[in-house]
Amino acid sequence: MASPHIIELKCHVGVGAQVSGEALVTDDNFSARYDLDRIAGIFSRPQHKLAGQSYVDRIMVFNTAKGGVASAWMLHEMKSRGIAPKAILFNSVNPILAQGAALANMAMCDRFADGDVTQLIKTGDQVTVNPQSGLVTIQRM
Amino acid sequence: MQLDNEEQAMLNGELGEPRRWAIEHMLQVGQFFDAPDLVPVTQAHIMADTESLGEAGVEFLEKMAACPPGEREVRIPMITDPRGIDFCHYKRLKQTDAMAALEQRAIDAFESFGILMTNTCINYQTIMPPVRGEHLAFGDTGVVIYCNSVLGAYSNFEGGPSALAAGLTGRTPRYGLHLDQNRKATKRFQVTCQPQYLSDWGALGGIIGARTGSYWEVPVIEGIESQPGSDEMKHMGAAMASFGSVPLFHVVGITPEAPTLESVCAPDSLQAEVIGEADFESFFARYGGKGEKVDVVVFSAPQLSLLEMQSLATLLDGKKLHADTSLLAVTSPAVAADARRLGIAERIEASGALLLEGMCFYQSYAREMGEANGWKRLMTNSVKLANIIGGYGYEPTLSNMENCVASAVAGEIV
Repeated sequence: MASPHIIELKCHVGVGAQVSGEALVTDDNFSARYDLDRIAGIFSRPQHKLAGQSYVDRIMVFNTAKGGVASAWMLHEMKSRGIAPKAILFNSVNPILAQGAALANMAMCDRFADGDVTQLIKTGDQVTVNPQSGLVTIQRM
Repeated sequence: MQLDNEEQAMLNGELGEPRRWAIEHMLQVGQFFDAPDLVPVTQAHIMADTESLGEAGVEFLEKMAACPPGEREVRIPMITDPRGIDFCHYKRLKQTDAMAALEQRAIDAFESFGILMTNTCINYQTIMPPVRGEHLAFGDTGVVIYCNSVLGAYSNFEGGPSALAAGLTGRTPRYGLHLDQNRKATKRFQVTCQPQYLSDWGALGGIIGARTGSYWEVPVIEGIESQPGSDEMKHMGAAMASFGSVPLFHVVGITPEAPTLESVCAPDSLQAEVIGEADFESFFARYGGKGEKVDVVVFSAPQLSLLEMQSLATLLDGKKLHADTSLLAVTSPAVAADARRLGIAERIEASGALLLEGMCFYQSYAREMGEANGWKRLMTNSVKLANIIGGYGYEPTLSNMENCVASAVAGEIV
């Protein structure tokens, strides 16, 4: 069996504790208010590129964040029920999502040194996010 | 980050647990965005609806509200965004007693902080409009983009936790739009088709928001030939923030930081993108439904101003809604009281429409309301609402207020 290929990505220092999980990646954007059925744990807005897919326990990767001040409360609420992503990565995030991740103690990072994170990480990759060091490690088989 | 002596004392817990939490939260956010220090703010405005708070958010507030008054009371005037419930009408909307009970718990907690329950996203039209250069911690993206752009105040989007932290400390991290260098234009748009209705202004905001697409970009708009009023700027800003997470725009010759193009950018450095008639047409064409039955017509997001309420009353005078169509007009408690005093509320209600106050449609358990009432096809003149509500299981149709009212009377989209 081939050993996994390890890729390290440097990003800005984020918030939250270190987590590992399976990546779900899109070059679309994100709002907890607009895009999710938070009870079912799936993307519900028909126009979203991940419509119908589950975000539960995934390391989510998006381009950027959209509208919606509510997302700041919603990440905390989603995490309290255990129906939440493990971490969210962006090319560039807005203040609301960063504030929400701080309240929820959910791992969140953005501003990747090596370019477009939605291209660097692939859906299905095993990913470890270390927000305090600003480091994301990909294990690809 | 640099903290002064008082901020350090708060961080050490010397002024109680709520203020310790608040400084720690602001340090996390401030470090994320490379803030050098905290900036004093004069007002805070908090998103307060229980649909987004959830049980977990309400418990978080209650825990802090249980601290002694000297530890929990906010230090600057602080007001609230719309709630999720209008207690007079929630049963008619088929919202549940459990929703109302959670809402009441949230209200009790907010009031114990000394927060004024204004329940409005049009505070800049109704409560205390900010002054140019005033640093604020405002929630609601529509409020923030309006106050930054139209009034020249300084605020980031402050989600509920961060707005509360600002209220408890009188400060917010100095990053983003608190810094002048982040307020210059980075995108330039030339409008060649003049908006007429409020929904057209919203569409212009939606088009620019979608093309701008980031909190960290600032659009400047040229070519506006008419003088927009507060409601026009309100609809444009709310839609731009909704479509693009944009917190600031400039309109040359109209908004205070852009008396000229040169005052917000080096004109040669930015190529102007044209927005013309075809762009408006294709924007509206996304929202179909002509000839279909319409279940609910909603005027909300942002809440209606007194002048919008008057326009709506005039359109509804002498008309009755179709038996199978609901019409909801949503405004702030302050505007609702004025509308009642002036007879506008009665004129709206005489048609069979429901006047709701202190809430906003999309943050009021819209999915559950839709399922309980059998509402699927929703018509609105709010571009922001049309953008959001698809995620809650609705099929939105976008048009001007006149067509929305005519459709509510006909029972189908005209």
